[in-house]
Amino acid sequence: MNIVVCISSVPDTTAKINFVDNDSKFDENGVQFVINPYDEFGLTKAILLKEKHGGKIIAITVGEQKVEPVIRKALAIGADEAIRINHTPKDSYTTAYHIAEYLKSNSYDLIITGRESIDYNGGAVGGMVAEFLSLPFINACNGLNFSDGIAQITREIDGGKEKLSAKLPLIIGGQKGLVQESELRIPNMRGIMQARTKPLSIIEPSNIETLSTSVKFEKPAEKGACKLVSSDNVGELVSLLQNEAKVI
Amino acid sequence: MSQDLYQAPDYFLMDELLSEEHKLIRDAAREWVKKDISPIIEEACQKAEFPNQIIKGLGEIGAFGPYIPSKYGGPELDQISYGLIMQELERGDSGVRSTASVQSSLVMYPIWKYGSEEQKNKYLPKLATGELMGCFGLTEPDHGSNPGGMTTNIKDMGDYYLLNGAKMWISNSPFADIAVVWAKNEDGRIKGLIVERGMDGFTTPETHNKWSLRASSTGELVFDNVKIPKENILPHRDGLGAPLSCLDSARYGIAWGTIGTAMDCYDTALRYSKERIQFGKPIASFQLQQKKLAEMITEITKAQFLTWRLGVLRNEGRATTGQISMCKRNNVDMALKIAREARQILGGMGITGEYSIMRHMMNLESVVTYEGTHDIHLLITGHDITGESAFK
Repeated sequence: MNIVVCISSVPDTTAKINFVDNDSKFDENGVQFVINPYDEFGLTKAILLKEKHGGKIIAITVGEQKVEPVIRKALAIGADEAIRINHTPKDSYTTAYHIAEYLKSNSYDLIITGRESIDYNGGAVGGMVAEFLSLPFINACNGLNFSDGIAQITREIDGGKEKLSAKLPLIIGGQKGLVQESELRIPNMRGIMQARTKPLSIIEPSNIETLSTSVKFEKPAEKGACKLVSSDNVGELVSLLQNEAKVI
Repeated sequence: MSQDLYQAPDYFLMDELLSEEHKLIRDAAREWVKKDISPIIEEACQKAEFPNQIIKGLGEIGAFGPYIPSKYGGPELDQISYGLIMQELERGDSGVRSTASVQSSLVMYPIWKYGSEEQKNKYLPKLATGELMGCFGLTEPDHGSNPGGMTTNIKDMGDYYLLNGAKMWISNSPFADIAVVWAKNEDGRIKGLIVERGMDGFTTPETHNKWSLRASSTGELVFDNVKIPKENILPHRDGLGAPLSCLDSARYGIAWGTIGTAMDCYDTALRYSKERIQFGKPIASFQLQQKKLAEMITEITKAQFLTWRLGVLRNEGRATTGQISMCKRNNVDMALKIAREARQILGGMGITGEYSIMRHMMNLESVVTYEGTHDIHLLITGHDITGESAFK
């Protein structure tokens, strides 16, 4: 089974988020980048599937040279080869387009994306790649197994679960549950050494225009100071809620 | 212990001096410590038990002989990678780093540098995975800072050597499969030899009731007419310089490791100071606490650059024993002072096992003493710059 795992390079979850250039651009200064956590669940699932069924894992990313440490980590964890499409990702459409263009001329059985990336939370690339390749797309999957070559999938829906089956080739959007956090792999030394020699191909992108452009980012309002009111002074509490917080 | 929220400080963007592979190796070790060390280390220390379930993981992250060539089963990494792994391990606990340091610098290093081809092939691949564990016998009950005065000895009996004597303060000794032991021959020349567990007359009593390095196993090596096959002698170097070169490698690892403990103490104290409210505001807003924190990050940053430079010099084969002594001494002292100051920032909470600081502080009391005491390292520097020995 050939499994393609789409990897997004995102700021570490503990990174301090700031914007520059009149709040139009994310400030990458001093920020550590990691594999998008939802993609990491997908990569780990791909490794488990490969261990069971055999095959090959191809990690693919769209990004500049600076994202290579993240894709190299995917190789150290267990991907067999990596593809970097040399393009600055600006919107979901161009990212999906470049991934689909590459996949059109390469073989695959299963494509795994994350449910969304944790930086821009677009959640659109998987569906768009599916559209470009005319494949089924099932998002928010938290379970995947194979029975007689048919994918048996569990996904989260509002208030419950949905079970689906689908033929390959197929695209899924993964999340926690696809594998458990305890199953995530830390690159071991053997993996890091092997990653030195695993192929990382750089593909030059075709020239297409973005369909949308980020104009401005805003951070959530800072939390206000906490005021403590004595428990025997309910009147003051009501007054503050009415006149200052204006919530009642 | 509460959840490990560690975030490594990098005030002068030292990461930019590291290669992508350095960072991958460092981050893998950091992740492993968070996953496999932080959740268990406090209990192991409280119970004074070596957590032997971590041995396999230490082998997998490359902590055993990181610089050993791949043909002997090692990862063949550079000295900065070795240092970064030690930094992350000691961020977790000095005892864990000690176990890895001993295996790497005091067991694998002498076998690699001074052993025969047969010895290298027999021991190094298994030591690299942790399938075999080793220890190092140099210090004796009556010879600590003066190892050249050792009385442990070997006699040539024709077909074999007869080993007699005792070694003390030996990390890993109670469970080690092999010991690299230094003993004098009939001519008073110091030789290295590999002693295997199970040899008649060889015992390894454990040292109990330590208040420091409680998660590391420490003991003695006792040799009572132990027959050592001649092929177990390290053939390619003798004299005191041989074990001292191993100590250079281990001290270099300690220099990096103690940056890890200092960073952990600083990070814990910084987070606590922002959350702890007194007099209606976080204690981080008080000048006395800021002075402590600002001095900590300054000292950590200075140590990072001193040690990174030492790593570059070691990669180039140009680092001197004097430079390594200076760096080990400076960094352990720096970490110990930071642990004590950080403990004060946490007030009463600082003495509990909820936080790592007091454990680090107690561990560092060993680290400031072993592998050359704080005072002896000062005299090594003094000797180096004046040409006059103050300890002979």
